[in-house]
Amino acid sequence: MMLASLNPGQTAVLVIALYMAALIALGLLSQLVLRLTVADYFVASRGLGSFMLLMSLIGTTMTAFALIGSSGEAWESGIGVYGKMASWSGIIHAAMYFLIGIKLWAFGKKYGYVTQIQFFRDRFESDRIGLILFPILVALLVPYILMGVISSGNSIQAVTGGAFPEVFKATSGAVPYWLGALVTCLIVLYYISAGGVRGTAWVNALQTMIFLVLGVAMCWIIAQRLGGAAAATQMVVEHNPTRLKRDASPADLHRYDEKLADWNADAKKAIIKPREPKPASKTEFTTYLFIPLSVAMFPHLFQYWLTARSAKKFKMSIIGQPLLIMVIWVPCVIVGIWATSAIYNGQPVIPPDFAEPNKVLPMMVRKLASPVMGALLAAGIFAAVMSSMDAMFLALGSMFANDIAGHYVGRDRFSDRQLVWIGRVFIVVVVAISYVLALQWRQSRVFNLGVWCFSGFASLFPLLFASIYWQRVTKAGAYASLLAAAGTWFWLFRESGYGGPTEHGHWGLTPVTLVFAAATIALVAVSCITRPPSAATLDKFFSGAKRAR
Amino acid sequence: MKRLVVFLLLALAVLHQDFWFWDDIEPLIFGFIPIGLAYHIGVSIAAGVLWALAVHYCWPRDVDVPDESFTTETASRGAEQGRR
Repeated sequence: MMLASLNPGQTAVLVIALYMAALIALGLLSQLVLRLTVADYFVASRGLGSFMLLMSLIGTTMTAFALIGSSGEAWESGIGVYGKMASWSGIIHAAMYFLIGIKLWAFGKKYGYVTQIQFFRDRFESDRIGLILFPILVALLVPYILMGVISSGNSIQAVTGGAFPEVFKATSGAVPYWLGALVTCLIVLYYISAGGVRGTAWVNALQTMIFLVLGVAMCWIIAQRLGGAAAATQMVVEHNPTRLKRDASPADLHRYDEKLADWNADAKKAIIKPREPKPASKTEFTTYLFIPLSVAMFPHLFQYWLTARSAKKFKMSIIGQPLLIMVIWVPCVIVGIWATSAIYNGQPVIPPDFAEPNKVLPMMVRKLASPVMGALLAAGIFAAVMSSMDAMFLALGSMFANDIAGHYVGRDRFSDRQLVWIGRVFIVVVVAISYVLALQWRQSRVFNLGVWCFSGFASLFPLLFASIYWQRVTKAGAYASLLAAAGTWFWLFRESGYGGPTEHGHWGLTPVTLVFAAATIALVAVSCITRPPSAATLDKFFSGAKRAR
Repeated sequence: MKRLVVFLLLALAVLHQDFWFWDDIEPLIFGFIPIGLAYHIGVSIAAGVLWALAVHYCWPRDVDVPDESFTTETASRGAEQGRR
């Protein structure tokens, strides 16, 4: 009864408020079992089972990028985004868990590591490597966090249109971007502060299940509104066929010109303004394989890996990763493609000349689903956004508390409780900075931001892989690789206009390929001509293996 | 079997480059999924199956660490080792 008296925007606000209340309740619950120690707060006393690990890893790796970014990119460029991002990720993420994750878990458990930097310090016998790695990891995590904050603010505004016209006049009644982003930040801040990594794992398990189910439901409901899935695809075949493939033949270009002429002659009759064909590059498609290598260096993923009760608990995550990525990405990509040509009640669902890919999915949901369903689906989007943001905030807090305060000021000077509080305060500072940046960079394209960020993390992969599998890699090689990666990445990032499209790199190669190559060459070349690590270090990390020297 | 699984995973990575479906929309699988997308959905499913085989036949032997309960002391020890 009460729902019936609310307008669609108010219904969305109510559902989102209930959802956020559920997250706060879970945060409270996890607080009850939290022991305020470093081990419990940052790695849940290494006690997570297979299912919780799988849900946490999926929730963490599938972010706004997977929902908002994928649908926006499919709308912008077509189906190619699935092959270059999702199916590559399915193969490579699982490989990273298998080849890197369980090894690091074993080192972590054996030597008590809580952060990546602790591992690298030991492996490269270098106290100072943390001083280089820490700012690099923080600098790469901030744009990743920004994706979440920008997406949540935009989504809340998009689905709450007309909720409170008297209060929010500037946004036609919608909860404004600044407020939506602020509330999201505060909720995440609360439950990570309350329950640490265990609290975030519980919340993420819930959130992951929500966005898995709701993503499929969203696709099905939108299909029904468009006359069925086949009819929705036929509209694309009719108006924007190049979005259903990766090439654009001369015939396609000719057809586009004709459709555009029809639109210019009589827009009402044509209904859909055709979108310019965007053929994909085969080189780019192949070199996108480097992007998912980034997960191996995500500090937040490292932290979740450490929470596993045993190495065997990784098995479900390795098998489930490609399948769950598929379940999440396919509906979003399909909805993004349909959005290019969707007609409902004789009107285009997405207005012609619409230029905000980040808002394509929320707009499709708002215009084609019932208000309650639309609000639930919006909650699913927040679930994806928040389940990544929380882990990143926590990882940053952990790195600052353990790698900077605990390490350089002195571990003996702080109790566990004090270290946890230092981590919490640092998280608040990072959240505040991210929020201010999100207000400035609202129009940044989530997809581009994500690709630049992943390119940076991927360029650190050669260092990580060598540290586990190559005995001859040296401290000097590690430094050279880090500096080469950081230098090349920044040079290309600057050249792109600080976060512009990544498609047109040098020699037709994506930036990640060049940065990855520079980092690898520097690592190998310098390692080969500098002093190898000590026997003690090799014994520590390659026990039982035949010595290289 | 281990070598076969590794070979199949590498083959899957190669087959991922489906340049042969670059310019095709049809057939539309289930009437609405273009073939280029359906193929990559197939790649995802194949990846799940192959990683299940990898977990079964290629699981490393040196990752089982004795199941001692993790304590703050071990974390501190790790940090100390790093400092040295």
